[in-house]
Amino acid sequence: MNFDFSEDQKFLKNEARRFLEANCPTSRVRKVIDDPSATWDPELWKAVAGQGWLGAAIPEEHGGLGLGRLELCVIAEELGRAVAPIPFASTVYVLAEAVMLAGSEAQKAAVLPGIAAGDVIGALATSEGPGALSGASIRATVEGGRLSGTKIPVTDGGIATHALVLAKEGGQPGLFLVDLSGAGVKRETLSTLDPSRDAAKLVFDKVPAERLGGAGEGLSLAEQVLDRAAVLLAFEQTGGADRALEMAKEYALERFAFGRTIASYQAIKHKLADMYVKNELARSNAYYGAWALNTNAPELPVAASAARIAASEAYWFGSKENIQTHGGIGFTWAVDCHLHYRRSRQLSLVAGAPRVWKDRLVSHLERRNAAA
Amino acid sequence: MDFNDTPEEAAYRQKVRTWLEANAPRTRDANDDGEGGGDLAAAKAWQAKKAAAGFACITWPKEWGGQGGTPIGSVIFGEEEARYPIPSNPFQIGLGMCVPTVMNFADPATKERFGPPAIRGEEIWCQLFSEPSGGSDVAAARTRAEKAPDGSGDWIINGQKVWTTGAQFSDFGIVIVRTDPNLPKHKGLTMFWVDMKDPGVEVRPIHQMSGGSGFNEVFFTDVRVKDSQRLGGVGDGWKVSLVTLMNERLAVGGATGAGWSQFLEAARDTTGSDGAPLLQESAVREKLADWYVQAEGLRHARNRTMTALSKGQTPGPESSIGKIVSATLMQDLANEAVEMLDQYGIINDPDLAPLSGGFHGSLMMAPGLRIAGGTDEILRNIIAERVLGLPGDIRLDKDVAFKDVPTGR
Repeated sequence: MNFDFSEDQKFLKNEARRFLEANCPTSRVRKVIDDPSATWDPELWKAVAGQGWLGAAIPEEHGGLGLGRLELCVIAEELGRAVAPIPFASTVYVLAEAVMLAGSEAQKAAVLPGIAAGDVIGALATSEGPGALSGASIRATVEGGRLSGTKIPVTDGGIATHALVLAKEGGQPGLFLVDLSGAGVKRETLSTLDPSRDAAKLVFDKVPAERLGGAGEGLSLAEQVLDRAAVLLAFEQTGGADRALEMAKEYALERFAFGRTIASYQAIKHKLADMYVKNELARSNAYYGAWALNTNAPELPVAASAARIAASEAYWFGSKENIQTHGGIGFTWAVDCHLHYRRSRQLSLVAGAPRVWKDRLVSHLERRNAAA
Repeated sequence: MDFNDTPEEAAYRQKVRTWLEANAPRTRDANDDGEGGGDLAAAKAWQAKKAAAGFACITWPKEWGGQGGTPIGSVIFGEEEARYPIPSNPFQIGLGMCVPTVMNFADPATKERFGPPAIRGEEIWCQLFSEPSGGSDVAAARTRAEKAPDGSGDWIINGQKVWTTGAQFSDFGIVIVRTDPNLPKHKGLTMFWVDMKDPGVEVRPIHQMSGGSGFNEVFFTDVRVKDSQRLGGVGDGWKVSLVTLMNERLAVGGATGAGWSQFLEAARDTTGSDGAPLLQESAVREKLADWYVQAEGLRHARNRTMTALSKGQTPGPESSIGKIVSATLMQDLANEAVEMLDQYGIINDPDLAPLSGGFHGSLMMAPGLRIAGGTDEILRNIIAERVLGLPGDIRLDKDVAFKDVPTGR
């Protein structure tokens, strides 16, 4: 039994924390949210590329470091803790994973080195309106290798160089790789709950699109990509949830009310204990997801669903109860509580809401129980 | 990151498997109620067999008669042993908490007298801490020991203990008593071992709300004990009890019984008002997913703990979340399963309602699990104080003579 990260991976995690403390304090996040024209931090993106993180899991032949997914997990946790305002998830967890999973050699060669270098930014374009993703919800079409339709919202759609787009070709859903630099792409930046992350509406008018994987495999491919992303997102969420608990604890210890620190009241102690319990459940499920992702185990869909559900719950609970623990000051723009509250919403929704994942998880369990 | 044994662990597991294959029982006594109330003789025989083969008290030091083994060795044996229908274990509290306390604090002759028979399962021990006036607040014990007036140095114990698991079949117990009510509460306590067969010790089973009787009240009436039965100094009882309780959360197991898998099957086999299986309803699916995620979270938290043990490290605090999560999970899941059957859910005749029968058991045990071995509230305090480093509660009983501490009745 070795259900833990290696010493090297823990060292990388510490390095990542130190790097982000120096290069991504929350004052840096605030520069993005306080500037109506900014949706991300390009300088931080360059610095992160310089660390090699963007290509951590990309093979060396494609310009990456050729490390495993576990290294990506520890980096993700630190990015989540720092509420980093960069398109790391869209680029690394989604685009790079999708191309490595289903891309042709030519597609890998075209995209992966650019990701590792920080030149390529990805975006996942699946949603077209309110409600969960399904075959019926896809109206975008590809005809003769050209994509037309509208995707909204697309996280990082305003800054991405490439998008993964779910569209129907001959009536069958497919997952398409689209270079956004060409003609026929219209982008409109969207106002969202989390202004530290970019989001846009993308309108495509006969834009060249290359299919990833086989015809009609779009939905199952998207699910496989989302399973991978879910594990990595769960580490971001766990990192954020741990930071929210830390903030609540630090504040409770220094705040006095009725002649004593509020951390000495059971109403606060038990609230923080509940946060801790949820965070540990999230972390433990995320570890299992990490193992399944790294070994490409058949358990991945179940493990990823559990990781995403537990981490979404932990970060939501932690971020809202962190505000509550702070009291009035926690409701101000000036205090960082809302950065986590906002990011927890962004992370819970970006790859499909928890209720969708719960339904998927139970479907997997039904099949597994029936097979047993 | 993997789930594989190290070469040494694999070799030990193989040794354990070979031995179990040749020696483990193949059937369980039908009367075994899982609370130690089954065939005591079978349990004792199994313990003796393990002791003879070197598989009892694996982590105890050799000078106590243990194997001087590692915690992971003990975990491996437990995992492998659980594959067989072994008798329920009435030795857990004694070997997990009481006898280690004796071994830590008694003189060499006493250790020699009690260690080996306990390991072999010949003598069973119980822990006499909780009282009617103090469950979570163990240091509020009122059972008193006073020096015998005859100048012999003996002590006379009078009072009442409660929630004593296994007292009805125990041979000995460790008891925390008040020896000086004029001192602040934590300072006036002393620990003794007692002979449960003493005529002044009366054991009365508690009729639990679940119908069973795994716990007891124990009354002490002029029970005379020698000063040599004292464990630790006079007035050091609280410190001694901390050594005992250190192991409690490990010894009090997590919730067992019907889990998410049984719930899934029940939801598949029950129809809703539209005639479709309830498992198709999103409200049911969401709850099932939440419980699965909690159960898996606990399973993998245990895997993290075992990893630390395997590396010879002290496990992190993640193990402290187990009972808080599992007891409430058991209660909520059982209740949802029963409500799923609608009006029929009230029937607990296993012939008429095999589905609800199992869940009823969990439903009626869960309130006890949320209390035993540290209530939900005490466990949250422990996480807040010991894991997160938040301050202890403000107390009204700390620097006051015990006799002056405010009480109810």
